[in-house]
Amino acid sequence: MTSRSAFWRGFADCAPFILIVIPYSMMFGVVARDAGLDVFRTMSMSVLVIAGASQFTALTLLKEDAPVFVALLTALVVNLRMAIYSAALVPHLGHARLGVRALMAYLMVDQAFAVAVKRYESPPPLSPTARVAYYFGCMMLICPFWYGGTLAGAILGQAIPASLSIDFAVPVCFIALVAPGLRSLPHVVAALTSVAAMLVFSGLPWSLGLLVATLCAMVAGVQTELYLRRRVDRKAAA
Amino acid sequence: MIDDRAFWLLTAGLGIGTYLIRFSFLGLLGGRTLPQWLLMHLKYVGAAVFPAMITPLVLWPEATGGQIDPARLIAAAAAFVVGMRFSVLGAIFTGMGSLYLLQALGL
Repeated sequence: MTSRSAFWRGFADCAPFILIVIPYSMMFGVVARDAGLDVFRTMSMSVLVIAGASQFTALTLLKEDAPVFVALLTALVVNLRMAIYSAALVPHLGHARLGVRALMAYLMVDQAFAVAVKRYESPPPLSPTARVAYYFGCMMLICPFWYGGTLAGAILGQAIPASLSIDFAVPVCFIALVAPGLRSLPHVVAALTSVAAMLVFSGLPWSLGLLVATLCAMVAGVQTELYLRRRVDRKAAA
Repeated sequence: MIDDRAFWLLTAGLGIGTYLIRFSFLGLLGGRTLPQWLLMHLKYVGAAVFPAMITPLVLWPEATGGQIDPARLIAAAAAFVVGMRFSVLGAIFTGMGSLYLLQALGL
């Protein structure tokens, strides 16, 4: 496959995600304006960060007057999953020049990452150059729509009447992101722990509740996984 | 109202921090792998952070002055079910759609 065709193949494979990126980025634009940011600040955040969930987290905590370091730490924990993406891409894309890899890192987003790795791991194998082109095909599609959607939302946002309850779009987006992933018992336990711990710790000063609940829930998920594994091992040994 | 200095500090910090996370292995650490215990915990970041974010937003929405709103609770549950069984986009439309429907019905 030539680089050019690999690029367009990646572009086409990621195309369905436009349907998610547009409403999601528009909602960020709307919610950010609603929180009192102007168009420039709203766009700055989307361009500098390009990670929706952490942007919503940061915004929510800022509105609550959380100290900056707590908001920053919490929003960064939300993005820690991308360290896994970064590691997972090394065998496929680690050969590229440093400058190219620096650009790849900027463009790394969830959906496109998932599509790219799936393609790399299924036959027929792509050449190293085609893999790079494919990656950019995937990511190039998401990025402009993320910017454009944020801008559209930020500009149109002020025209949305309060009766549309646009504030509710934030939890709904998060529900839409988390629900499909709750496919194993440890994930369900982590989610339930997260809710319970948030109820217990929501009164903590400096909005630390979110961070504490997240850490508790991660530990609960891992411990459940380990428990299930031990049980299987015991059964196998018996 | 969001404090301007806090906003720029946070945005710059989040932009740089997020970039470093993305760049980490691909850019600097190459073939090195994360310790096993950390990898295991990172798998649960999504399931751990979103429910904690969602809980206060659904239970005590700012728009109702922090009062529990049955319409929002039902709409959130509907979005969850659709998200689990069907699709991300379906969950978004179901959540907002059912809230509007319930509000129109006067709930």
